[in-house]
Amino acid sequence: MSRLPITKTPKCYVGGAFIRSESGRVAPLHDARGAFFANIPQCTRKDLRNAVEAAAKAGPGWAKRSAYNRGQILYRLAEMMEARSAELAEAIQIGGSTKADANHEVASSIERLIHYAGWTDKYEQLLGNVNPVASPHFNFTVTEPMGIIGVLTPEEAPLLALITLIAPAITCGNTVIALASESQPYPAIVLGEMLATSDLPGGVVNLLTGQRSELVPTFASHTHLRAISGVANADERKEIRLAAADSVKRVNLRKAEDPTDWPSPKLQGLSAIRELIEFKTTWHPIGA
Amino acid sequence: MPAASRPAKKTARPSSRELVFGDLWEFDPAPETADPKLKTKCDLFIHGQFVKPSAGKYFDSINPATETKLADIALATNTDVDLAYRSARKAYDSVWGRMPGAERGKYLFRIARLLQDHAREFAIAETLDGGKPIKESRDFDVPMAAAHFFYHAGWADKLEYVSPGRSVKPLGVVGQVIPWNFPLLMLAWKLAPALAMGNTVVIKPAETTSITALKFGEILQEAELPPGVVNIVSGAGETGAAVMGHPAAAKIAFTGSTEVGKIIMRSVAGTDKKVTMELGGKAANIVFDDAPLDQAVEGIVNGIFFNQGHVCCAGSRLLVQESITDAVLTKLKRRIEVLRVGDPMDKNTDLGAINSKEQLNKITELVESGVREGAELYQSPCRLPSKGFFFKPSVFSNVSMSHRVAREEIFGPVLSVLTFRTVDEAIEKANNTAYGLSAGVWTDKGSRILKMSTELKAGVVWANTYNKFDPTSPFGGYKESGFGREGGRQGLIDYCREE
Repeated sequence: MSRLPITKTPKCYVGGAFIRSESGRVAPLHDARGAFFANIPQCTRKDLRNAVEAAAKAGPGWAKRSAYNRGQILYRLAEMMEARSAELAEAIQIGGSTKADANHEVASSIERLIHYAGWTDKYEQLLGNVNPVASPHFNFTVTEPMGIIGVLTPEEAPLLALITLIAPAITCGNTVIALASESQPYPAIVLGEMLATSDLPGGVVNLLTGQRSELVPTFASHTHLRAISGVANADERKEIRLAAADSVKRVNLRKAEDPTDWPSPKLQGLSAIRELIEFKTTWHPIGA
Repeated sequence: MPAASRPAKKTARPSSRELVFGDLWEFDPAPETADPKLKTKCDLFIHGQFVKPSAGKYFDSINPATETKLADIALATNTDVDLAYRSARKAYDSVWGRMPGAERGKYLFRIARLLQDHAREFAIAETLDGGKPIKESRDFDVPMAAAHFFYHAGWADKLEYVSPGRSVKPLGVVGQVIPWNFPLLMLAWKLAPALAMGNTVVIKPAETTSITALKFGEILQEAELPPGVVNIVSGAGETGAAVMGHPAAAKIAFTGSTEVGKIIMRSVAGTDKKVTMELGGKAANIVFDDAPLDQAVEGIVNGIFFNQGHVCCAGSRLLVQESITDAVLTKLKRRIEVLRVGDPMDKNTDLGAINSKEQLNKITELVESGVREGAELYQSPCRLPSKGFFFKPSVFSNVSMSHRVAREEIFGPVLSVLTFRTVDEAIEKANNTAYGLSAGVWTDKGSRILKMSTELKAGVVWANTYNKFDPTSPFGGYKESGFGREGGRQGLIDYCREE
């Protein structure tokens, strides 16, 4: 007699815990052949606000971690993903990717994290500097994280795009609330399980699943989100910019209508970090 | 009224009494006893394999705390060094020099992680071989070595950021010679940036401390680093000369005494080799009258007694503002009395063994010269072990600038105290040396720290702290303390050619 397998109940990773939506709503997820796979939580505005609270709690501690420590934790996350890369690839294949494409997406995601693990203790050396002011002052500019970053992922590349958008934010000490791909949410669910075992403090990365149309307005208007980054269509971009103006939120959005080559190295690096930091300049007199 | 709102002035309390327990209660021994998995015969590491030296000769490596033999160390001759260079050249041409940076970085990350895995073994091996207290090798040398690999691993795929406006390329094969004071850490300082940049390496550890370097070859094997990328050849001065002088070395890097550094510089004159030198020091540690004295005393002790004073950047010249000299000396002596000198393997030990008989003789000779020249010597009343090479923590007061103990690098637990009255005099005295590696400043005033940092001719200035190191922070000297930097972006530039 063949054994009846246990099916997994997908849950979202928020505040270091695995939650269902407070609304109790789920939506069925079908694989590429149309077979039922699982029920995915449909997070609400309230779930988003709860996630912001969790991120706000985790933020100061994460920002104070040494750059070296943040790098080690990002590297640890990559180690966790590498060890479970088959599971990640299967999660991507549910959305219809070929095995080869899914494996490539997982490998690119892990390489990208390794790339950022090396940035944690270097971006400051390139973005900060001493300024040769004309008066006898020691004048220097350093970077600081912005705070809580809202991430809107595209429908495609459900793992790689998510990693591409999250990694620079946490590299420089921000916390993140990311909305997973609406049509391919399962890789984000699996990633949450790896985040939980990666030494990354709970609340630093929070992953929501659900309907984009319901959540985008709250992402745009929530005053505690200091920036929105990711991918959006023309209508969303306008909506987000309008609402973001109320709290002078930073908005960095790629156009959903333009194709993005997610594995490209051009999408990673110092400029992605620079969009998620503030600069602080300090003056101090020099003299006996 | 403002006057009335001030808190009432406290009546002066009698100065708090000090409790000095001396030998009243002995510490229980707290020895580190884990197995460091040492080989009794350490062969050369060439082309990814441990190989016997071509001439079949070995020399002894002893534990300086017990004077017992630890292992036979292979003596590399010119033939072995040549073999190492040919292997390194081949690895550079066929694999390492053309490997994408991200892949090179992943090897370095592996090395960092494996070193963390074996941290305890390496710490014990380092202490047995070099004599430094286990708490230092455990909490400083080994973790810092791993951190250097981790930091530089991240640079390997970001080299386009190293030199703005230029593209950087590796140099080829690099020859490196490292000292005995931080054997594994100096190896990490040298290897990590060279490898991140895409160079391959022939490195020689110091003859008294080769064990952890050769043991590091096992890490490289575990990491599956391609053969020839790193070659480790042990030996004494002749081997070192062969490593520095080999025609295949595109660059040489040396850390050691200024005296040997000058010999090496002369020996490569007329060649196209790039050179970096990290040499001796005679750092001024300057204490102003507004400094927090208890913190300053801790910093002075750390500055000169860390690693038995075998530190090129040791704060060996204490410059104290005249008005607080007595207070500082009193506190300093009291602090030195409770330093625990002895078995390096004991977790409570503050000062371990002097690295070698030769170094002990050198320290002894310089201290005798200090007494002869009229400086006033204070030594901790501690008892020294009957076997092994040990020296009491020592402080010379009434030192003048002309004394040998104020001018020459002692490289031992010996502090020379001088005084000054004004900021300008402090600067003048601090800079009155051929060296320029580091300096310390203790004051509550931020603007003065920056003034001192501006005026001091030294590559590293510590303010209200001392002997701090980080992979992100460039380290290296002015003047006869050498040139080139290790750590940070500046350290990487020394391992590349800019196009």
